[in-house]
Amino acid sequence: MRAHHDLGGLPAGPIDLTEHAKAPWEKRTHALLWLLTRRGIMTVDELRRGIESLGAAEYDRLGYYERWITSITHTLLQKGVLTTDELGRKLAEVEGREARPS
Amino acid sequence: MNPPFFAGDRVTVRRASPPGHVRTPFYVRGQTGVVERVLDAFANPEELAYGRSGLPRVRLYRVRFRQLDLWPDYQGQPGDTVDVEIFQHWLEPAREEVK
Repeated sequence: MRAHHDLGGLPAGPIDLTEHAKAPWEKRTHALLWLLTRRGIMTVDELRRGIESLGAAEYDRLGYYERWITSITHTLLQKGVLTTDELGRKLAEVEGREARPS
Repeated sequence: MNPPFFAGDRVTVRRASPPGHVRTPFYVRGQTGVVERVLDAFANPEELAYGRSGLPRVRLYRVRFRQLDLWPDYQGQPGDTVDVEIFQHWLEPAREEVK
């Protein structure tokens, strides 16, 4: 059975080759993976496994670096580098910061 | 354990769809090609994908396939080929004769 992400040879239609600027969070996501692999905390193969096990709907819904950060998050939770509680509190803090009128 | 292969050997890619992370594209599984060159041995990405060492290292081969073998409706030149790098445990000696 073909895995959802394994697209080689499937009809794809035209490919958009125009360059687009990466958002700062996308650059940080790329840098984060680089640091994690260099320090031996996770491998690029773990990143790929995480992306490939997102499920078809989620794989299609998420953008390229959204897949990365989702996979990195789950890998770090599984390894105990982050805890769910720690991450939940931090995300709430960031949301609160963004909601506050400047 | 599979035998090692050499440049020029005809090999067939195992037809398997295990869960987890595999580097063998679906479109070459079950297909036969020729070893174009023997590459280095690398930590097994299927094991690295679960945070393990991936050791012992696994031999990687560059295998050349005829596009016409892979795609029944291929519209390009008959001699067109595609090279795919495949780990040894996915390869077996070719089962079929040259078409």
